[in-house]
Amino acid sequence: MTAGAVAQASPATWDWDIAQRMLPDLLRGLSVTLQATLVGITVAMVLGLGLAMARRSSLPVVRWPVIGFIEFVRSTPLLVQLFFLFFVLPDLGIRLSGFTAGVVGLGLHYATYTSEAYRSGIDNVEKGQWEAAVACNLSTRTTWGSVVLPQAIPTVIPALGNYLVAMLKDAPLLSTIAVLELLAVAQGLNSRLFRPLEAFSLAALLFLAVSIPAAILVRYLEKRYGYSRD
Amino acid sequence: MLSSGQLQQLLSGAWITIQVTAYSAVIGTLLALVGGVSSLSGSRALRWFTRVYVELFRGVSAIILLFWIFFTLPQLFGIFLTPLQAGMLALGTNMGAYGSEIARGAIQSIPRGQSEAAIAINLSPFHRLRHVVLPQAIVLMLPPFGNLLIEVMKASALVSLIDLSDLTERAQNLRTLRAAGSLEIFTAVLVIYFLISLSITFGVRALERRFGRGLDVGGGLGGAVK
Repeated sequence: MTAGAVAQASPATWDWDIAQRMLPDLLRGLSVTLQATLVGITVAMVLGLGLAMARRSSLPVVRWPVIGFIEFVRSTPLLVQLFFLFFVLPDLGIRLSGFTAGVVGLGLHYATYTSEAYRSGIDNVEKGQWEAAVACNLSTRTTWGSVVLPQAIPTVIPALGNYLVAMLKDAPLLSTIAVLELLAVAQGLNSRLFRPLEAFSLAALLFLAVSIPAAILVRYLEKRYGYSRD
Repeated sequence: MLSSGQLQQLLSGAWITIQVTAYSAVIGTLLALVGGVSSLSGSRALRWFTRVYVELFRGVSAIILLFWIFFTLPQLFGIFLTPLQAGMLALGTNMGAYGSEIARGAIQSIPRGQSEAAIAINLSPFHRLRHVVLPQAIVLMLPPFGNLLIEVMKASALVSLIDLSDLTERAQNLRTLRAAGSLEIFTAVLVIYFLISLSITFGVRALERRFGRGLDVGGGLGGAVK
């Protein structure tokens, strides 16, 4: 951690020149943050569905490890999980780039959240639908693919939107595993120019410029599609 | 395997993690209650002020908030914050913003008749809140607050980035010293975090039973946290 600028104890005033010089780099960083979030949420949506379906398995050897995995990953810090993927896995012979480790970490962590959302969506599909699928002699694959999921997934979309916003807020953690996203760029600029005020304030403002509209959009979707979180 | 001295180090790191979480939770809970009540206040200015606080502190990422508080506040106001102060300020204000929404939702879901009855028997606004509305709302708030507390505990790992020797920092330290296998260190650390999280879950359940006594408010707000 570059803590060099902390010692500077005299009040500083905002310098527009410096801010302007920092902006292009910070915008490039923001685009990396957004890319990581988009790849991460895709991983979380696919993996979360898999976890939700595996959790319903009639085989205890499948069900219990899945439940254990979900509870464990949900209850431990994403930061430590990212360190695990980036620093520990190489000792076991698996070397991931910072970005890959980052999106895998974000994806895994949030898959445990999205799986709970899918689970309630699947549980809300009426029992009669399952029974009808059995009565029609549909295969497991067709039952899931053509009967249950098409009814379950639309109800889950607003919740997925919430996790997208939450993941966006966690994406700056990738700065700790050598990904040059928004916060990492701000730190770099700060250690080059010794201007934490402009570097971190601009990073925060750019971040808010994305996260607040995203949150408002998700809230609108929730209201529009009459979904309540429970 | 980890030596007992290394395990000892991790455990003293866990103690810092617990302290940071506890201090942040105190700040966060107070802010949440104040925020929840004032977002339903009759004063328009107060409502707007709360709205702005909630949107800003919830909208910005916890890690960016932490860095902003730790690196920028000293420069802006010429004050010095220790890592612990910066950590609990960032996590506490962040938790308060999420918590305000939970508190607001819980207070709003108490039937109007309760407030009206309190007005009818001439209770002051403070006593109405203190003895009628909040005791019922707190039961509704507890489950989502429990989830929020676990999120705060998880987010406390961020303080390792501003040189506070919490559990995560100790793990990174042991790893870079090559004092033990990185797999052992991080497995132990994840298990410790998991145990802290389980204790929070059980603690909150006990509180729910305690505060739920004699009240007939079923349901709950569920996971309104994330």
